Amino acid sequence: MTLALPTRRQEEWRYSDLDALAAIWPVPAPTRIDVAAGDIAHHHLLQDAGEGAAAVHDYVIDIADGGRCDFHVLNIGGKFGRVTLTVTLGKGAHFELNGAIIGGGDQVLEIISSVTHAQPDATSGQTIRSILGGHATGSYLGSINVARDAQRTDAFQSVKAMLLDRTTTANAKPELEIYADDVKCAHGATVGELDKAALFYMASRGMDPATAKTLLLQAFVAGVFGAVPDEALRERFEGAALARLEALV
Amino acid sequence: MMLTIENLSNEIDGKAILKGLSLSIKAGEIHAIMGPNGAGKSTLAYTLGGRPGYEVTGGSATFEGADLFGMEPHERAAAGLFLGFQYPVEIPGVSNLQFLRESLNAQRRARGEKELNGGEFIKLAKEKAALLGLDMEMLKRPVNVGFSGGEKKRAEMVHMGILDPKLAILDETDSGLDIDALKIVGAGINAIMRQKPGGPDKAVLLITHYQRLLDYVRPDHVHVLAGGRIVKSGGPELALELEREGYAEVIAA
Ligand SMILES: Nc1ncnc2c1ncn2[C@@H]1O[C@H](COP(=O)(O)OP(=O)(O)O)[C@@H](O)[C@H]1O
Ligand SMILES: [Mg+2]
Repeated sequence: MTLALPTRRQEEWRYSDLDALAAIWPVPAPTRIDVAAGDIAHHHLLQDAGEGAAAVHDYVIDIADGGRCDFHVLNIGGKFGRVTLTVTLGKGAHFELNGAIIGGGDQVLEIISSVTHAQPDATSGQTIRSILGGHATGSYLGSINVARDAQRTDAFQSVKAMLLDRTTTANAKPELEIYADDVKCAHGATVGELDKAALFYMASRGMDPATAKTLLLQAFVAGVFGAVPDEALRERFEGAALARLEALV
Repeated sequence: MMLTIENLSNEIDGKAILKGLSLSIKAGEIHAIMGPNGAGKSTLAYTLGGRPGYEVTGGSATFEGADLFGMEPHERAAAGLFLGFQYPVEIPGVSNLQFLRESLNAQRRARGEKELNGGEFIKLAKEKAALLGLDMEMLKRPVNVGFSGGEKKRAEMVHMGILDPKLAILDETDSGLDIDALKIVGAGINAIMRQKPGGPDKAVLLITHYQRLLDYVRPDHVHVLAGGRIVKSGGPELALELEREGYAEVIAA
């Protein structure tokens, strides 16, 4: 394991806050998640480090044949909040990532995933929604690697960012490395602003700007946590997302 | 006077649209504005509602004694102004019920009134949806998404029923309605916005191209808007004259 502080020349650290990182470097070893053949696993991370803090959470996830892992991430805390997922899929395995990044001020928040379809018939889906205000930077770097034998791979990435101010930065970088020939990889990335016509419509009905914006932003991230199976946990995620939104608008 | 507009001028993107428009509406009155396409009718509605980009360059508008242009759009709504949109806006992901409850409670907070709880709100929404013949299921769906033209206009009248404004400016609420829907919407406007003896002050400004809505919602005054100002005013007979002879004829006369 290298102990040298990463540099921005390294692709996966390109948008990171390396000054904030230096304070906690070296970071602990990654959390390992092994999903046995045919098992279904649910994992989640609510990254809500305190103001000014840096937090790095690394996961290495191996999903054996026919297994499935659902991962939910809400990345909202700290000066620098980084979540990385390095996933390897066995035959017919499935990985599903639903993530939201909500940041303001000068926060730098990122989700980096590297999903390897090592065997045939595996599927993966990644849905990322980012809401950025102030001078925040939100990044999603997602690489998908399909091995030569991994025929009938089916992978998608859906990445949408909503910018509340012109001073924010949203990065969405897909990277596909495909060595098999019977493969479906879909990628969509959009960056938008709150719909002005909708905001005026809401104002015309009496909603103050903060209420109207919050409602539109809630609608934007709705669905990210819809599939969290535990109701109390789902409410905790939705509550934390809403509180962060309300502080931004 | 409920609304007094004096010599109002405005610009959109630096282009002058309203050019010295004056109009006064008393409580209890229903006014209709008719006029050719591009005359500035929607511009008048949006300017009174405070739509960003509709810059007031001259004149004034006084609503119940207060300077309308000194208020933010949501403050105008809380003060009792309602805008019916010619093209209602779609808001994916936000249900009508959520939208209306947030709107009503935001208005009530602004006026220092108690907010409605879930049960109270649903009861009110059901009552107004029934009045306009709109299925409650439609109100569970996202605002205007996938609604037909007629459903959008009915839904807007449900908004009006729930928000219970003092002054409603309805921009071509009759467009997109079939004959049966027109009848229901007309009756809805009367039920919601006609001033009742001993009731609160109410008034309506109807923007329309056609006499047919005015058969159901009978106006006290009819105005012709052309080239950014009111060029002619009269009683209900003026609408009939316009229908018979066309704008060009009546404006020239
Ligand atoms: N957003 C806009 N930017 C520039 N011009 C506009 C805009 N909206 C309306 N206009 C112009 O303003 C004039 C009046 O339009 P409008 O108020 O919609 O007319 P009406 O509702 O009477 O048909 C038209 O000439 C139209 O082209
Ligand atoms: Mg118009």
